[in-house]
Amino acid sequence: MQIDMTINTDVARTILVGFIRSEVRRVGFSRAVVGLSGGLDSALSCALAAEALGAENVLAVRMPYKSSSPDSLQHAQLLIEQLEVPSETIEITAMVDPLIQNDPEMSRMRKGNIMARARMIVLYDRSEDFKGLVIGTSNKTEILLGYTTLFGDSASALNPLGDLYKTHVRQLARAMGIPSEIIEKPPSADLWVGQTDEQELGFAYEEADRLLYLLVDQRYSPQEAIEAGFEEKLVRGVVERVRRNQFKRMQPPIAKLSNRTIGYDFLYLRDWGT
Amino acid sequence: MRVKLAIAQIATKLGDVQANLEKHLELIEQAKKEKADLLVFPELSLTGYVLQDLVASVAHRPVDEDPVFSPLLKASQDLDLVIGFVDEDSRHRFFIATAYLSGGRILHVHHKVYLPTYGLFDEGRFFAWGDGVRAFDTRFGRVGILICEDFWHASPPYLLWLDGADIFLFGSASPGRGLNDKEKLESARWVERVTKAYASMFTSFVAHANRVGFEDGLNFWGGSVVFDPNGEEIVHAPYFEEALTFCELDLNQLRRTRARLPLLRDERTALVQNEMSRILSRGK
Repeated sequence: MQIDMTINTDVARTILVGFIRSEVRRVGFSRAVVGLSGGLDSALSCALAAEALGAENVLAVRMPYKSSSPDSLQHAQLLIEQLEVPSETIEITAMVDPLIQNDPEMSRMRKGNIMARARMIVLYDRSEDFKGLVIGTSNKTEILLGYTTLFGDSASALNPLGDLYKTHVRQLARAMGIPSEIIEKPPSADLWVGQTDEQELGFAYEEADRLLYLLVDQRYSPQEAIEAGFEEKLVRGVVERVRRNQFKRMQPPIAKLSNRTIGYDFLYLRDWGT
Repeated sequence: MRVKLAIAQIATKLGDVQANLEKHLELIEQAKKEKADLLVFPELSLTGYVLQDLVASVAHRPVDEDPVFSPLLKASQDLDLVIGFVDEDSRHRFFIATAYLSGGRILHVHHKVYLPTYGLFDEGRFFAWGDGVRAFDTRFGRVGILICEDFWHASPPYLLWLDGADIFLFGSASPGRGLNDKEKLESARWVERVTKAYASMFTSFVAHANRVGFEDGLNFWGGSVVFDPNGEEIVHAPYFEEALTFCELDLNQLRRTRARLPLLRDERTALVQNEMSRILSRGK
């Protein structure tokens, strides 16, 4: 089955640049902070923020751990030079190693989560000092699959990429002239040596994106997706992953006691009054 | 007769009526300088769109004594105004409303009759449903006002047409959605298609004023547009940017088009009424 995932990148760019400009400025800020991993998502977020706010108003922060790939630093540097954004490099090794060394049995997953949360701490500290809002880098594929560390890389003040599948992120990055080294390399959270997203997830983003597009955007039932040609195991796995990770997409539920409870019947947009 | 029509395609401050009023008054001044006869603001232009629990605190009555309507009524001595607001009736029901102001008076208030409560929309939770669709007389002829979802349904424009409207003034706060490979969002393509269709089928003028700006993650796409009785585009405002857009309605076009294409003359309203009665009483 042909599934056309092409987006008009001009329209996407106009909306996302306008979104960043509006949502940063209306709360009284004019600057932004982006954690630059050397990967595609953060490169695109950074480029959109630079276009929205002016390069000089976007602080790119590189936060390597001692095992991070040297390519990551190098690719982030390419983008920093291309966009001419101010940048800082803050190594997180000294922050996270004491905690990691506490438990010799610690799993890779736990170490990765600690690193992601340490980077969040650094970004929010730079946010206060630079007077810039933290721009998120999570795309729709990651958010739906829950392939993210809660309160780590998922933490941000606003997220321009959250309604773009990874396939769309690639298209928009190409249109915005992100260096091809960054676009072409296999996506990786770079939390341990040789890690790639697709190996860890067990499927290719391109395949998952087309399936998610049918299930989520086109409201296909799992059975209809299988009839459309997707392998049953993949469909069942993805559907379950999306369901199981709903908690990562929500605020923690509040137990209702009063007549008016935050989240249920105390309802205002964040842009209230602005 | 020629009418100089202006459309104020604005972004609003969510829940800050005073700030939005000031923007209205500035644009009214500009439109006045350009000698506009009629200035149309979009849906909920005084309040912003996703109001949720702000509804009660932004409601106003369209009367002289109201501090928001008082300066607007005064301004309507110079040019006619179409204003979007939250109307509170005497029994404290809140409506998404649009008022037509002229010569210091309110000529008409329309309450939105279709409140979308599906997908990203939740209007039915916060607002009361309007219960009338009426055309009204202005110094430019008979006019009909509808608000966004009202004209996603075919019956309100049709009723206005039968009630004598030759000029349709539509206002929206339409959130942009449906990004694909096309150069316009699906929501924009849909609205442009139907507004053009109404102008063509009703051989009437149709103006659509849509807002711009953002509310949290929602974008409003603008692209306000005016069609003539032939269904031809007279003017098109930019997408995603604030704009004060002017055009001229040559009202004689109504006569020329309808002399060629007598759709209004031939409309069989008695047939509609008979069939509607039959359809609605089916099974009784």
